Amino acid sequence: MLLSVRDLSIRFGPVEPVSGLSFDLDRGQIIGLVGESGSGKSLTAMAVAGLLPLVGGRIAEGRILFDGTDLARLPEAGLRAYRGRRIGVVTQNPMTALDPAQRIGEQVEVVARLHRGLSRQEAHQATIELLTALRIPEAGAICDAYPHQLSGGMKQRIVIAMALAGEPDLLIADEPTTALDVTVQAQIIHLLGQLVRERGLGLMLITHDMGVVAQVCDQVAVLYAGRLAETRDAPGLFAHPRHPYTAALIDCIPREGMAPGSLTGIPGAVPSAASYSTGCRFHDRCPRMLDRCRTEVPPLVARPEGGSLACHNPMGPT
Amino acid sequence: MTRPLLRAEGLSRRFSTGGGWFSPARSMLAVRGVSFDQARGEVLGVVGESGCGKSTLARLVLRLIEPTEGAVTFDGQDVTALGKGDLRRLRRRMAMVFQDPYSSLDPRFTVEDALSEPFAVQHERPPGGRIATLLDQVGLSRAMGRSYPHQLSGGQRQRVGIARALAQAPDFIVLDEPTASLDVSIQAQIIGLLADLKRDHGLTYLFISHDLGLVRYFCDRVLVMYLGAVVEVLPTADAAPRHPYTRALMDSNFVPDPAHRRTLQAIKGEIPSAFNLPKGCAFAARCPRATDLCRAVDPPLSELSPGHPVACHHPL
Repeated sequence: MLLSVRDLSIRFGPVEPVSGLSFDLDRGQIIGLVGESGSGKSLTAMAVAGLLPLVGGRIAEGRILFDGTDLARLPEAGLRAYRGRRIGVVTQNPMTALDPAQRIGEQVEVVARLHRGLSRQEAHQATIELLTALRIPEAGAICDAYPHQLSGGMKQRIVIAMALAGEPDLLIADEPTTALDVTVQAQIIHLLGQLVRERGLGLMLITHDMGVVAQVCDQVAVLYAGRLAETRDAPGLFAHPRHPYTAALIDCIPREGMAPGSLTGIPGAVPSAASYSTGCRFHDRCPRMLDRCRTEVPPLVARPEGGSLACHNPMGPT
Repeated sequence: MTRPLLRAEGLSRRFSTGGGWFSPARSMLAVRGVSFDQARGEVLGVVGESGCGKSTLARLVLRLIEPTEGAVTFDGQDVTALGKGDLRRLRRRMAMVFQDPYSSLDPRFTVEDALSEPFAVQHERPPGGRIATLLDQVGLSRAMGRSYPHQLSGGQRQRVGIARALAQAPDFIVLDEPTASLDVSIQAQIIGLLADLKRDHGLTYLFISHDLGLVRYFCDRVLVMYLGAVVEVLPTADAAPRHPYTRALMDSNFVPDPAHRRTLQAIKGEIPSAFNLPKGCAFAARCPRATDLCRAVDPPLSELSPGHPVACHHPL
């Protein structure tokens, strides 16, 4: 197993926005971390990348086993051997991820030189090859360009190139297409899917869009208010969502032939981490709530049909 | 067809930049000759990617910006010819909901202040109980009237934006990407709310969006725009697309069903700059069906079947 997260809890002072997360990711696989804003997806990604201290958080409990090493126990100096080198990160907004005053080529090359010890010449060659592999036309000319000269989709490809320049085993992409046009979003999602298959990377894809999850993910972890609601292989999850939250998220995407008025959304909003409710955190928005959901936290249990589920009143097969 | 509520005729808008010491003046047509009729009670969708001119079109319709050419008629009145006072009075009947509820609300105004502003513009005070009614209509608690925008979630702010549009009981509302900055769960809530309001108040919507899936769910008829011009009008929400660009937009829309994964790359490349439009069809460079004819002659909109105009030399 490339990545194995076990009982991960994240704390910010007295507040615990993420509790008891466990999931696995193999090479050549894509896991989708899905949930609404405030569900803890991005914090989980930052924890795996060792970036939590940047935002003032820390790993309170649990293990992040990456290729056998527990990253949660590693000091900052030790993390540097992983971050950028073996774990690449693609952020949401390519407009802010690039330095506007530096040429594209230099920004990608510096990663290859820093993490792979390549010379300037070698790094330049590697960058051209990488950009070409990412289907960027005229890679040589692009290397001499500044970010403002490129389109949004091209900038996001450059950010992906920077994440790949250290030749990582794990790629973390946090809403990599949210800021892009729809036709370009489709191109980038396909590109990420191809990279995973061709290079045998593991990809942790963070999104709130069940459409994107259905399109490329092999495994899915559904998060709600910092806890796992359900994990499963993507075909099983979409065919038979067991957690009412999973079903509600899927129903938020308009589909061909959907009856007018059937798109209703999920009432209410995700609570903030400082005011998580007792029992199941989804209970006050859940159409299948039982009395015990208010008081008893549903444990995450492995299921015979695959994956795991945390719900007192799951949906049956339909 | 009875008289349309809204009619746009040959709307165009040119923007110019530069002309300083270092850069030569350049101009581009953000909207190129757009015409359409909208019936009372109809939800008309306008869909396209960034730079297609859909937001400029929305502003032209409300005359928030002046057209370079063309005219807008609202309920028989020529909006483009109205004087300042008449235009202000007409604005009671035409409202707008903006994309970003974070920047369209003044952080120093409470929700009540924000909802009173449309009345202040008309030199009026909100009638007693009107603010409370508006909050009820958009599903916000009355206590929220004393909140400031920073105390609200994104979905709540957009509800305030909708309540503000409803303040003067308009019959026509332009919705400019009202859900683009929201989570999908909240997006669905807001769409549900808009559908309820339309039913209860007999509203007419011009719904601007980049999301063809959402537009096809919510709208009766759809204008598809590319680089400032309408390339196709879908006569019904479930009509099969005839323009390759509309097809590409549909193929880029991911269905939440892993059994229907798209394996084909829909279209290559990105939207070119509107500053140097190609000579023929603006979509030719990205189009899988393009021929020499497409690169030489811009295809006009023509009806392939009744009510279904398409601007393409080689329609699907």
